[in-house]
Amino acid sequence: MAPAVVLEGVQKSFGKLEVLSGIDLEVEEHEVLCLIGASGSGKSTLLRCVNLLEPVDSGRIVIHGEDVTAREVDVNEVRRRIGIVFQAFNLFPHMSVLKNVTLGPRKALRVPRRDAEERATELLTRFGLADKRDEYPDRLSGGQQQRVAIVRALAMEPDIMLLDEVTSALDPALVGEVLSVIRDLAQSGMTMLIATHEMGFARETADRVCFLDQGRILEQGTPDRIFTEPVQPRTQEFLRRIIEAGRM
Amino acid sequence: MFTVLALVIVTAPGWDDFRKSFLNTHLWWSSFPDIARGFLVNIRVFCISEVLILILALGIAILRSLPGPVFFPIRALAIVYTDVFRGLPTIMVVYILAFGIPALQLTDASWYRSQTYWSIVALTLVYSAYVAEVYRAGIQSVHPSQEAAARSLGLSRWQALRHVVLPQAVRRVVPPLLNDFIGLQKDTALLSIVGPVEAFRQAQIAESANFNFSVYVPASLLFLALTIPLARLTDYLIERDRRRFLASGGV
Repeated sequence: MAPAVVLEGVQKSFGKLEVLSGIDLEVEEHEVLCLIGASGSGKSTLLRCVNLLEPVDSGRIVIHGEDVTAREVDVNEVRRRIGIVFQAFNLFPHMSVLKNVTLGPRKALRVPRRDAEERATELLTRFGLADKRDEYPDRLSGGQQQRVAIVRALAMEPDIMLLDEVTSALDPALVGEVLSVIRDLAQSGMTMLIATHEMGFARETADRVCFLDQGRILEQGTPDRIFTEPVQPRTQEFLRRIIEAGRM
Repeated sequence: MFTVLALVIVTAPGWDDFRKSFLNTHLWWSSFPDIARGFLVNIRVFCISEVLILILALGIAILRSLPGPVFFPIRALAIVYTDVFRGLPTIMVVYILAFGIPALQLTDASWYRSQTYWSIVALTLVYSAYVAEVYRAGIQSVHPSQEAAARSLGLSRWQALRHVVLPQAVRRVVPPLLNDFIGLQKDTALLSIVGPVEAFRQAQIAESANFNFSVYVPASLLFLALTIPLARLTDYLIERDRRRFLASGGV
């Protein structure tokens, strides 16, 4: 079977700044891949490229055998199959939780309202948010908002989930509830690309860890290998700093 | 302060003449019914143009917000439109349309010869240029991450605009929109120069019949009666937004 996601020589610049300098990567079906690296190493941009929120300058992205960087591709259709969750939640503040979750299915997939609401309620219940159904985002804690954002992405029934530093904006006390949701998803077999600074979480949940440095994948392997015997000096330095900061 | 000012006015050499020509209370009352009837024209013109402006301006603002080089000609047109109609004095646009277009004698239809009709069109064109800018500021104030979130769900550009960006944008610009409408209410008096007998024109008629300016007092009060409540409503909405902003932690 074709891999879930293939990146071939993906290159992306913002003006003169090259953010991705030729990324080659394959993600298997049901694989959980964690991207680690310093801020500015290109993790977020990589995820946004997979979701076509950023057009790549050169290279190809192939999803389930389909080249989504080809010109004639319907970007809306591609995005419907890929869920993304952002660092800053990006919930729609003028809509209730239920509306936030049902907007995508109703407008992009044309699911009848009743069905979309039923499905949304199921998902909200599964993630312990049933009682927040009619609240507005600004009435929820950060952890609850981020869980709603995950549910919003899941309501589209995506094949692949992209998580962009989803706990970085959270109060430390609220990180746990969000990570446990992601662990759940990993166990259910969801294919995921996760950009994260939570090394403990990456070590325990990821099937594979990629270390990004200056727009390149410098080193990759099983979490045990990367975290216990990194080969590249820059990986070693990055991990040493993380340990010094008490983040692992 | 006010006492001094009042004293200066009352002791002015022309005070007696002034009192006769502006403060004739008898004329206030006798001219009031006609002027009030004229004012109904102002209200009608105001209400119709307001609805048209809200629609046209939104369309222009959306065109101006279209991204990418493909839409450059459309954006350029929208920019020319706002530049021209914000730059022209309203009174000229009213003149040109209300006198110019009927003079072309394109049809015999009664709406075509109606100055009221063309005045509404003129006010709509001018005010849409202002209101489009207000809308555009609102659209730009919605953080791009909101559109990204909507697009990431597979919504089309139009769906993202319609369901996510515009509802937030419009909510934010309600106070400045009302502000523009206060201006519009006053500018309905411009109809007087091209013929329709609205409140100001009716007052002019009463003035020349009586050789007395007192008739402008009831006309002014009628305008105030409409604009002041709108001004208070604007203030209230601004204050409410500010309180909400503070309550939500104010990001």
